[in-house]
Amino acid sequence: MRIVLTIVKRELASYFNSPVAYVFLVIFLLLTGFFTFTAGSFFERGEASLAAFFGWHPWLYLVLVPAVGMRLWAEERRSGTLELLLTMPVAPWQAIVAKFLASWIFIGVALALTFPAIITVNILGDPDNGMIVAGYLGSFFLAGAYLAISCMTSAMTRNQVVAFILSVVLCLFLILAGFNPVTDLLTRWANPAVVDTVAAFSVVTHYDGFQRGVIDLRDLAFFLSVIGFALFATGVIIRGHRAG
Amino acid sequence: MIKIDNLVKSFGAKRAVDGISFTVERGEVLGFLGPNGAGKSTTMRMITGFMPPTEGTVSVGGYDVVESPLPAKRLIGYLPENAASYPDMTVEGFLNFAAELRGLSGAARRKALHRVVELCFLDSVLHQSIDTLSKGYKHRTCLAQALIHDPDVLIMDEPTDGLDPNQKHEVRNLIRDLGRNKAIVFSTHILEEVDSACTRAIIIDRGKIVANGTPEELRAMSELAGAVTLQARGATAERLSELGRVEKLNGAFRVYPKDKARAPQLAQEVVELVNLHGWKVEGMYSERGELDEVFRRITLPDTVKK
Repeated sequence: MRIVLTIVKRELASYFNSPVAYVFLVIFLLLTGFFTFTAGSFFERGEASLAAFFGWHPWLYLVLVPAVGMRLWAEERRSGTLELLLTMPVAPWQAIVAKFLASWIFIGVALALTFPAIITVNILGDPDNGMIVAGYLGSFFLAGAYLAISCMTSAMTRNQVVAFILSVVLCLFLILAGFNPVTDLLTRWANPAVVDTVAAFSVVTHYDGFQRGVIDLRDLAFFLSVIGFALFATGVIIRGHRAG
Repeated sequence: MIKIDNLVKSFGAKRAVDGISFTVERGEVLGFLGPNGAGKSTTMRMITGFMPPTEGTVSVGGYDVVESPLPAKRLIGYLPENAASYPDMTVEGFLNFAAELRGLSGAARRKALHRVVELCFLDSVLHQSIDTLSKGYKHRTCLAQALIHDPDVLIMDEPTDGLDPNQKHEVRNLIRDLGRNKAIVFSTHILEEVDSACTRAIIIDRGKIVANGTPEELRAMSELAGAVTLQARGATAERLSELGRVEKLNGAFRVYPKDKARAPQLAQEVVELVNLHGWKVEGMYSERGELDEVFRRITLPDTVKK
């Protein structure tokens, strides 16, 4: 556990030592603001909720989360520090979990910085704050799932751009599987059981529950298993590189 | 401390390391020589547990690196090729990170940090971030990382690569000093390092050990070993050729013994010949043999050999 903490600390320090982290935070906040108030027509809705804010997160994260995750392993491999890290008395799973946690915490910080949205909506009206908490939780887990996938694609290559594109494609698939226009298309020629199965793999299906204020264990289990699977796959990929 | 048994590593159809066995005890400094691509780095990566071997076993301090990697890795300090480190960290931050991963904390960590900073002369750059350092300092930072837990086993992949001559000299002295109570393996291209730092050297070529011995033993394999070079007025190749094959050098003659067993008496015989003919000697040396000749002869592919 101390090993994990040590690596988490190092990773976080490396985020906040680089200007990229601050650029990311600013872009994230600008984009959430834009999507909530302009594209999401926050004021025109006339309701005291953050639905306009959370509704865009699957799409916003699609580009922003892989940008955070792409360097995790690709950079270690490119610079050769992977060899250094894995010849320390560190089990590979400790390194994988620690690096994932560090970037998840970083995204958590970015998400926490959207707190003015909560204040705004509380000043303007009388929202259901429980629903907002559930929304944040869902958003955080959604980011975690994307991040674990970016972690996996980052381990596949030493080129960060390739890692980024791969993880955008994979995450896009996870959105589209449950995206209404796509499921509607599917229902025309597949039977409903198949459509439901495909949709069950989608993050959108599971994310929507949180937005309605429902914290369903099945949804949590979905996100945790995506994270677990992707991190496990990361371990397999890294072991594959070492075996040559 | 290090025991390697019939180690094999294949990448696809290519066998990068092909059945290497050796042991290194405490107090030994093993120089690992070989041309590029001979399998030096791959062997070191297997010793440090970064790569699992395809076949064979590596044990460090009695722990098999595949079966029980963590206890084995605790005993090892490793300086990887190109001395990789995290460029965004300061030297101090990086060394503290390494110390914490090695389980050092509090006063023990501060003491360890102080020790390696002194050992590797990092005092002046302690608070500088690593990407602003010159290559020599980067290298020493990574070396300091490998030494921070005072390991029993030290594995170094080209520890003097990219250093200036003074720094090379320092690192070699450091290796020799550390070698008194550690087991050290280091790879190099520079043959003089074998003389100045190693107690034993192994030459590998295309994944196989082609020579293994003390620097003296390796040198004795040289064709030159035992030859006598004579510079003397009046001397002629004809007369000298009684003793063995004679090679004309720039104003001097080099006599090779007829067979290696007679090499020790060759100098005496040359002196007798000189006295007999009354030549005026200006210089005379007994050749010890040259490592780079040995190296070239045993690592060149057969087609290139004369």
